[in-house]
Amino acid sequence: MPSSHDWINKPLGVVEAMFGKKTNAWKSTPFLCTYFCMFSFQVPSLNDVPLHYLKPNSLVKFRCLVQDMFDPEFYMGVYETVDPSTKANVLRCGKYKDVTECGVDLNSRNTVTAERQTFYCVPIPGESPWAKEISFLSAARVVPSTSYVPSRQKRSYEEDDDDMDTQPQKQREPHTEPHGNGDSKRQETEAPSSQTTTPSDCSSHLDLNFPLPGERGPACLVKVYEGLDSFKLNDTLEIYGILSVNPVLTVIVYPHRDPSLLLLNPTESMETPEEQRAHDPPASLVPRLHMLYARPLQHNNPLLPSAPTEDQSAFVSSFLVEMASVRAELLAYLTHVLLGDGLAAEYLLLHLISDVYTRRDVLPLGKFTLNLSGCPLNSYTERLYQIVQQLVPCSYRLSMSLHTMNSMRLVPKKDYVANRLVSGALQLARNTSLFLDETQLEQGQLDSSGVRNITALGNLISWQKVDYDFSYHQMEFPCNINVLVTSEGRSLLPSDCQVPLQPQVTPPNMEEYLTTIHMAQFTSQINKFRVYLSLARTLDYSISDEVTKAVEDDFVDMRKDDPQSVTAEDLHRMLVVARLLSLSLGQTTLSRDGWMRAKHIDMLRRSRTEQQKSLNGNEP
Amino acid sequence: MSLGIEVDMSSPLMYGTPSSRVEGTPRSGVGGTPARQRPDLGSIRKAPQVDLHSDADGAVASEQALGQKLVIWGTDVNVGTCKEKFQRFLQRFIDPTSNEDENAGLDLNEPLYMQKLEEISVVGEPVLNVNCSHVQSFDADLYRQLISYPQEVIPTFDMAVNELFFERFPDSILEHQIQVRPYNALKTRNMRSLNPEDIDQMITISGMVIRTSQLIPEMQEAFFQCQVCAFSTRVEVDRGRIAEPAVCRNCNTTHSLALIHNRSAFSDKQMIKVQESPDDMPAGQTPHTTIVYAHNDLVDKVQPGDRINITGIYRAVPMRENPRQSNVKSVYKTHIDVIHFRKTDEKRLHGLDEDSDQKLFTEERVQILKELASKPDVYDRLSSALAPSIYEHEDIKKGILLQLFGGTRKDFSQTGRGNFRAEVNILLCGDPGTSKSQLLQYVFNLVPRGQYTSGKGSSAVGLTAYVMKDPETKQLVLQTGALVLSDNGICCIDEFDKMSDSTRSVLHEVMEQQTLSIAKAGIICQLNARTSVLAAANPVESQWNPKKTTIENIQLPHTLLSRFDLIFLMLDPQDEAYDRRLAHHLVALYYQSEEQIEEEFLDMAVLKDYIAYARTYINPRLNEEASQALIEAYVDMRKIGSGRGMVSAYPRQLESLIRLAEAHAKVRFSDKVETIDVEEAKRLQREALKQSATDPRTGFVDISILTTGMSATARKRKEEVAQALKKMIQSKGKTPAMKYQQLFDDLRGQSEAAITKDMFEEALRALADEDYLTVTGKTVRLL
Repeated sequence: MPSSHDWINKPLGVVEAMFGKKTNAWKSTPFLCTYFCMFSFQVPSLNDVPLHYLKPNSLVKFRCLVQDMFDPEFYMGVYETVDPSTKANVLRCGKYKDVTECGVDLNSRNTVTAERQTFYCVPIPGESPWAKEISFLSAARVVPSTSYVPSRQKRSYEEDDDDMDTQPQKQREPHTEPHGNGDSKRQETEAPSSQTTTPSDCSSHLDLNFPLPGERGPACLVKVYEGLDSFKLNDTLEIYGILSVNPVLTVIVYPHRDPSLLLLNPTESMETPEEQRAHDPPASLVPRLHMLYARPLQHNNPLLPSAPTEDQSAFVSSFLVEMASVRAELLAYLTHVLLGDGLAAEYLLLHLISDVYTRRDVLPLGKFTLNLSGCPLNSYTERLYQIVQQLVPCSYRLSMSLHTMNSMRLVPKKDYVANRLVSGALQLARNTSLFLDETQLEQGQLDSSGVRNITALGNLISWQKVDYDFSYHQMEFPCNINVLVTSEGRSLLPSDCQVPLQPQVTPPNMEEYLTTIHMAQFTSQINKFRVYLSLARTLDYSISDEVTKAVEDDFVDMRKDDPQSVTAEDLHRMLVVARLLSLSLGQTTLSRDGWMRAKHIDMLRRSRTEQQKSLNGNEP
Repeated sequence: MSLGIEVDMSSPLMYGTPSSRVEGTPRSGVGGTPARQRPDLGSIRKAPQVDLHSDADGAVASEQALGQKLVIWGTDVNVGTCKEKFQRFLQRFIDPTSNEDENAGLDLNEPLYMQKLEEISVVGEPVLNVNCSHVQSFDADLYRQLISYPQEVIPTFDMAVNELFFERFPDSILEHQIQVRPYNALKTRNMRSLNPEDIDQMITISGMVIRTSQLIPEMQEAFFQCQVCAFSTRVEVDRGRIAEPAVCRNCNTTHSLALIHNRSAFSDKQMIKVQESPDDMPAGQTPHTTIVYAHNDLVDKVQPGDRINITGIYRAVPMRENPRQSNVKSVYKTHIDVIHFRKTDEKRLHGLDEDSDQKLFTEERVQILKELASKPDVYDRLSSALAPSIYEHEDIKKGILLQLFGGTRKDFSQTGRGNFRAEVNILLCGDPGTSKSQLLQYVFNLVPRGQYTSGKGSSAVGLTAYVMKDPETKQLVLQTGALVLSDNGICCIDEFDKMSDSTRSVLHEVMEQQTLSIAKAGIICQLNARTSVLAAANPVESQWNPKKTTIENIQLPHTLLSRFDLIFLMLDPQDEAYDRRLAHHLVALYYQSEEQIEEEFLDMAVLKDYIAYARTYINPRLNEEASQALIEAYVDMRKIGSGRGMVSAYPRQLESLIRLAEAHAKVRFSDKVETIDVEEAKRLQREALKQSATDPRTGFVDISILTTGMSATARKRKEEVAQALKKMIQSKGKTPAMKYQQLFDDLRGQSEAAITKDMFEEALRALADEDYLTVTGKTVRLL
């Protein structure tokens, strides 16, 4: 059995040795799984370590989202070469390699053609700075195989800063003032980070096709050998594979290619320069990764054990004990953030742990889109987003200004010239928090792309799916995105539940107020919240027959009193609320109490919307 | 664009005597007709075993002497046997059950391909398309050879055909020798299932063209001339390379030969990118693409957007990045050399194409479906399997189920009546939040050719078709909209009421004539749009007003409404038992596991197949009893109304009754429409009418609400008011002109019932129509 050291430094040697011995034991996935888990912390991660610090042909891991799937390709699985020293024919294994050794006998009858597929993978879009930071720190503990010393602290923070770039320019003004986002760490490092020079500017020349604007990080061409059907677009994976950055892979695209060359080599002419650029980008920018093993990620919260092992169940059961207390603290925190509105805080909490847990034919179950109406203007929503971002591992704020709605590409589109899927902002990993800021919307004209974008958002909210544009047809991709809409009045987008915000306090200086709240939280506390939110989502849930009966009776009674006001839709919502409420308390079955509570808070919320309606008069 | 076909004698592909073309001289016979290179098969010289091949070739020539032992190197194909077998196939194959439109006009009891050869002699197009499934049924071994060694077997076929042809029609003159184009190889259907084993085999895949390249002239043969002595030589291109002769054979000068482009031989080539069709793809993955090369006359046969079946040879070529580097990228480039194209959607626009719809069902699948069909409660089973997440509305689901199956298509164009509509149209109206949209979404996901649009978001252009100028070619292109795209499928239109009038007006033609006429930017055409429409509309006042008629509630023109076979109301029933069942259903939805649900209901895939099977294979016809039952039903419906002095049924109702009965027979997989089908159709129609055509004033079902937009009682009252007004005016004596307002006040004072201004105006208009009076501004004049 090869040691972990061999695997990390010379994985190809290990493969070659096994090919020679004709053992196939290591091919079995469960074996690799346990094996890699054992020393996963020793494997350097492409997410954290810059590419030029990594040794070519070493074992690396990569936390990523499958952005595009290229066509399958055939390669030489086994080929014959002549050993230069002995002049004997040698069979070689072509797996996990981009390039063959010299002197391949192309006409050898021993050549075995095999099939593999290339996935274009990008880092998980919208990954929160804190998640990156923590995983970086844990990975930086041991990086035995690289000459890399973690003096890179700066860069990690700088990436934080890049995330801020996604926000419109005008919002940068308050940002340069004494820092209001409250992350104490960020404040400390803000100054040095601005001094560091931007690394690898050349990436801007090449469109790396990240779903969200302003993203950074390595994109990767992952060569997949086994289980091709088990991967889907937009899956989040942790991939263990062999890094390949051979410069041969870089196709130099000559703008004015010699036409005679084209004539003589017809195989070359089938690709347009755009296609070559998309499919064979320079290996120094987009490294190739030959997948040995991939682990689907349920979440990308680095604070939580990600693999469903005994480790995790122990972790869960230990955390369940303090679930209720953490919930109370989080609720108090959110209440402060939402200007003292406890009900809105409760709903926000439920929203943050919601998850599409299954689909019944076309109907996604468990989604809980929240519309927080009556938000104060003047950058309150922006601050609110920053706080949400601190809590969830993946998030994106889409400021719905007329300009962004008209100009931004939300829906991914197939580019047939380059033969790739051009990403859009709605190509997100599961359980990403999408923060739609409708307070930014002003009156004006939406053009056709704007209408399409709004329709896409509406579809996303109602059906949890995005119709990717394949030009000749559309293709539906189911998704699982938590959408939070903040608006002044009722949102123009559909939502599962609308809560008008009723501020109890009116701080004279909103910035200061929110900063103070944020500052008051210790990192350990915030970390607890983070674990709590990710964990509550993964719990199982069921309803006993007895409670089912009670719920049914209750519904019938409610309808009896006032059939107009309670509809099937209300029952749908209340069932979701009841589910989330139970899960938020760490209860895995619905109790009668839980149901009553769900009914109660829904009643409160409804009376509030009624109130709002009567205040505003003719609002529909 | 084949420049000067000069045939290389040594190529095994070039059988027959090459003859340089002499213009104007009549020629015939195998010897007289020039052969044409087949770049689609690739030069056999590409293979490394050239010499062995020529050996085999030599063997062919002397085959008689050596007996039937020799085979082409690397295969088990014996040229002589293979040729003989194929000739026998051509001479004997009869397919009496053929329904391919290509064979239209041919006598099905005569050998099929001999007739085709005759056609070639008449038309002069030297291409013979051969259906591989015919070859398979005739001689399985020959078929296997064809699939496994197309590169060797097809030239043999060519040889066989030409011998046969010129034997039979020695005087015909063809442009070049006949080429055999096999199609419909059953080996591979799906692009996704191509794998390394398919390399160099013949395959058929389906897909959609996404891009075509410009024409590429590919050199077949290079022409070299010596600069010193003007001696010329030809070199065939081998694997994309030309081996330039280093020494002139004539004068022995080294490096004196120069390539003369003008005299080299080129063939046409085009690169086509094909993407797998959306129906073939597993969910959650992106479609694959494949590169296809078309040669010679197949160039420019397809356009981007076409759905095609391609038969060709799958190739893999190793990539050599740089000849100076010894390292090779260990990847092959793959492509398909196309032999035959078959468009699958071409005919969809113009006629019915059974072929493209024909989904292949395995024996077991058909067995499962038939077993299901034989169950007595299949109708209920299927309807409950439809959108299980939506509660109750059994009749609506049954209606939609019948819509999914559709009636039998009848063609009366001979008698001048044109096509009868076979599609069932359904309108759902009702309160918001009664899961209408969800039902639409479900149907849209269920049918293969479904389209989903929202009334608010679609324009007339988006529904029908529009003409677009291609930015590159400046060519006008007809882009089809939702209705044309859903031909043979279902077009789901949500928020039907929010649709603009102009948009809705295009539906008139579609929903009865099933065609779409377009006259735009110089393009005038009529497209087929045999689509069923499933529409959902909300009431104007957001809540359904039970005191009003359907028309008043949804404010749609009755001309359109009468084109719907079934109009259902989806209302909140508001009764306790219903509430309880609803609650139970919803709660179950949230906690039942996937398996439990599946046990209870049919799998969506089974339902899909069931519908597809019934739509393709079952064409029920009315039997005697059923027709009687239909007549009775119709007469009964007319009778109900005539008692109260109104018409309660129109021929349209009879037609839709027939459609529904046929659809119900299809559900049962029955070829005959029987009485039970008619009964169910009657019941369903009655249910729908009861819901939508009930006059809220009288409580009677009144079809005229849907056909004229007004209930009979309302019309009666209108007449009464007009008569009362006339009587009043007459009683006033001879006053030629009256004040409008005063007349109105007088009438109101006189009448017992309340008279609104609308009613008054209507009465005036009615009288004006009788030429009794005219209204000019504020005065009313008698005539």
